[in-house]
Amino acid sequence: MAKVLVVTSGKGGVGKTTSAAALGAALAQSGLNVVVVDFDVGLRNLDLVMGAERRVVFDLVNVIQGDAKLAQALIRDKRVDSLSLLPASQTRDKDALTPEGIARVIAELREKFDWVICDSPAGIERGATLAMRHADQAVVVTNPEVSSVRDSDRIIGLLDSKTERAERGERMEKHLLLTRYDTGRANRGEMLKTEDVLEILSIPLLGIIPESQEVLRASNLGSPVTLNNPDSAPARAYADAARRLRGEVVPMVVPEEKRGFVQRLFGRRVA
Amino acid sequence: MTAVPRSSPVFRVYGRSFLVLVLRPEPPVEVWLAELDAQVARSPAFLESKPVVVDLAGVTAEDADLPGLVRGLQGRGMRVIAVEGADPSWAGAAEWGRPIPGGRSTGEVEAPAADAEPAPPPEAAGLVIDEPVRSGQSIIYPKGDVTIIGSVASGAEVFAGGSVHVYGTLRGRVVAGFTGNPRARVFCRRLEAELVAIDGVYRTADDMDAALRGRAVQAWLDGGSIVMTALD
Repeated sequence: MAKVLVVTSGKGGVGKTTSAAALGAALAQSGLNVVVVDFDVGLRNLDLVMGAERRVVFDLVNVIQGDAKLAQALIRDKRVDSLSLLPASQTRDKDALTPEGIARVIAELREKFDWVICDSPAGIERGATLAMRHADQAVVVTNPEVSSVRDSDRIIGLLDSKTERAERGERMEKHLLLTRYDTGRANRGEMLKTEDVLEILSIPLLGIIPESQEVLRASNLGSPVTLNNPDSAPARAYADAARRLRGEVVPMVVPEEKRGFVQRLFGRRVA
Repeated sequence: MTAVPRSSPVFRVYGRSFLVLVLRPEPPVEVWLAELDAQVARSPAFLESKPVVVDLAGVTAEDADLPGLVRGLQGRGMRVIAVEGADPSWAGAAEWGRPIPGGRSTGEVEAPAADAEPAPPPEAAGLVIDEPVRSGQSIIYPKGDVTIIGSVASGAEVFAGGSVHVYGTLRGRVVAGFTGNPRARVFCRRLEAELVAIDGVYRTADDMDAALRGRAVQAWLDGGSIVMTALD
């Protein structure tokens, strides 16, 4: 039974696309058939983060409008065989997405894949509500700061009211993914602590992704961080989160960067 | 001017007929009384304040405490106007008085299954919400109290005609008694509210006593201004 997962947040720039790519790659590496769908029509990024921008021919809007078949628009990842991408269109806007078209595409993807990961655009408008519309589960990406937490709270409210599952009276499974977490700054009170965020949002924690240069490096190289440097702290955190998504019980730790002796001496002053 | 002689009042008698209900207790009397109570519960209007004649022909002094039975019927709000069929030798027979003579039987009166207009079901005492109220959500309940088992997020609103109870952290806005109820109150387990209002009088976070932040607090209206005190 295929699972449709939406990666959403309300606020922009918190790491939705990075997380969708990293989780998708980690799930695919365990042998599952995974597709990552970019819903950010007009501002697509997922193709860049996945390193597939030079291979896009058809996109989600083409499939919805019947200009292309789904198989023509899907791009298979070169590194992981079971990972595919359905890119968004850069030249259109969210009005090109129709509820019927999305329903048809998602239903078709459910037949082909084990996991359908929908990368939601920021905001609470058409693009975001259509991305979450058919989801069975949601990953709410949140940074440990108040504006991100409040926007996430708003999105959780929408997940509980505007999705198909909610309208059928079923419960939507929601997971919190805390990204850009800096243990040192949280301890110094410059960031919200994990327990503060959990207390406010009251949904289960899927993982804590530490703030890291690795994320930026991987995205500039066009590779999900879980593939680019699997030993890095954020990659390990994403891999743990992906195992939890599959139902495994993994103890919650915040992976830390491995630091050299010199870095350990001088690391603190830089921050 | 001659005074018009006032005619003396004429003594007149008017007639009116009522349907008198005849109750005929049967042994065992306890079971019969239970049946009667069930009927009263089904249709309270059927027997209430109606003239009742108790016919004891079906029972004897051995079957039951008859004076107690008659008093019991009177205690159920029935007007027992006469007791008939009693043997003068029975205890209590003297105090029941003589039966009313005459009367024409109109046959069995069918007891209604239930009152034609059943009492309206009791209005729900309030609204209970079992999950957190999320940012951007608005709960509006003019009929009464709202109880929230969870937190009210920053950017969420709760409007209640009555009081608001939050078993969690109150971070959003609450408006109690918004339909014009100055006796409504606000209770929360942890106060981090953006705004608290009761019957149109409001207080923003800036104006709240900093010492109450993070504590269990109640707020009510006293002489046109909001009073907030800690509950712990």
